[in-house]
Amino acid sequence: MQDKDILRVRDKWSGKVKYVTPLLKGLQYTFTNLLSKHKTIQYPEQKRPVSRRWRGLHRLEKDNQGQLLCVACGLCAAVCPAQCIEVVPYEPENGERFPEDFKIDELRCIYCGFCQEVCPRGAITLSQVYDYVDYHREDFQFSFAKLDKPEQLSFHYQRSLLQKILG
Amino acid sequence: MLELMVITMIKTVIIVSVCMLVVTYLTLAERKILGFIQFRHGPNRVGYWGLLQPFADGIKLFLKEELIPANAQRSIFYLAPVISIASPMIMLALIPFGPAISVMGREITLYLANPDVGILIILALGTLGAYGGMLGGWSSGNKYGYTGGLRAAAIIISYELSMAFAVICVVMIAGSLSLVDIVHAQAGMWNIVYAPVAFVIFIISGLAELNRTPFDMPEAEAELCCGYNVEYSSMKFALFFFGEYTHLFVFGCLVTTLFLGGWHGPFLPGVLWFFIKTLLVVFFCIWQRATFPRLRYDQVMKLEWKFLMPLAIVNILVTGLFLAI
Repeated sequence: MQDKDILRVRDKWSGKVKYVTPLLKGLQYTFTNLLSKHKTIQYPEQKRPVSRRWRGLHRLEKDNQGQLLCVACGLCAAVCPAQCIEVVPYEPENGERFPEDFKIDELRCIYCGFCQEVCPRGAITLSQVYDYVDYHREDFQFSFAKLDKPEQLSFHYQRSLLQKILG
Repeated sequence: MLELMVITMIKTVIIVSVCMLVVTYLTLAERKILGFIQFRHGPNRVGYWGLLQPFADGIKLFLKEELIPANAQRSIFYLAPVISIASPMIMLALIPFGPAISVMGREITLYLANPDVGILIILALGTLGAYGGMLGGWSSGNKYGYTGGLRAAAIIISYELSMAFAVICVVMIAGSLSLVDIVHAQAGMWNIVYAPVAFVIFIISGLAELNRTPFDMPEAEAELCCGYNVEYSSMKFALFFFGEYTHLFVFGCLVTTLFLGGWHGPFLPGVLWFFIKTLLVVFFCIWQRATFPRLRYDQVMKLEWKFLMPLAIVNILVTGLFLAI
């Protein structure tokens, strides 16, 4: 801002005429604002797309045959700073190894993403779901069923026609 | 006689109900327009596009608890909101909404009363409306309310002068104090062409009298935490609020009547023209509220006594000179 841009308050009346144009300019500016599109995002109905690197609810990846990639090595459980992962390994006779149980306490998780980084098989990843809601604490103890497809757990809200009319 | 009474009663009911409906939706319109100007949606949850919002607000205010401070002057405390809403509603009776129409072979005028001194009564009632804020602030026994009431009085004393002087110009041009005659005198050309300075003065002092930003001294939210109505709750607050918006609507009607040619206009029926012009004036009031920052108290006083008043007096002299020539 230059010094000449600042309006000096003068005692002479001739100086006051200078105020009229900025007032009209302000009116013009607000009127163009009135006609422009609003920038609000109507949250539960519209959602802002999150970054590709967003760290949301966990997902257990599967290979082409629908087999879990996880070999229950326990690295994720070891690295987890919040200690919210619990893996129970299971080894059948044929030399394979996979988790018998895989529990994540989503209330304790701090979403640091260390488990994703440390996993040698790329078996555990963090999805982009950040708005899971439920009623009980037990519902946040995720096991295979909920870890399979976290996108389904995202909160969807759409107002019905009756709600739109009656509020 | 009986016929006259029946007709008057029907007209009263129609005028009051239509105007109150418009005023109810002015509250929504103000919030919507302010929202749009600030890139927001405004209220849009109650009803389609927020159209039921005024009624939701009304129901909410009805259900609120009624509080009266222990050291309030009870009778005046009760009276103040009533004065605040009564004076603009009485003003509605004097405003000519349209030309005379004939229904079933009977000539019916679209105004309730046409006294010879109509504009004087309007000015008097406008001042009376300020008593609502003044008495309300004073009787609630609260320092903030008291200061707000004082400011309401100061503003009405100063700005009523320039407003009346602006009206004198119109009266001189029309040659009559009756609102209907003033509108008839504008059949050829609107008064805004003859008296543009008076128009600007009238708008500015009208905004001050309505307690709207940039002149919202009595209810300065930042300094006085709502000013004169700080102790009011429930329906009493709603009356203050409603009175303010009714006053805004009446102000729009007045500007239309005095300067914008009343019901005169091509093609459309007169009543429609009147409402279009009125709502445009009201829209301007809301629009400038979203634009201008509010003035300091001493600036408001300075603007009136050092600028608007002398300008209005000079304006009268110049208008008189032109009329004499």
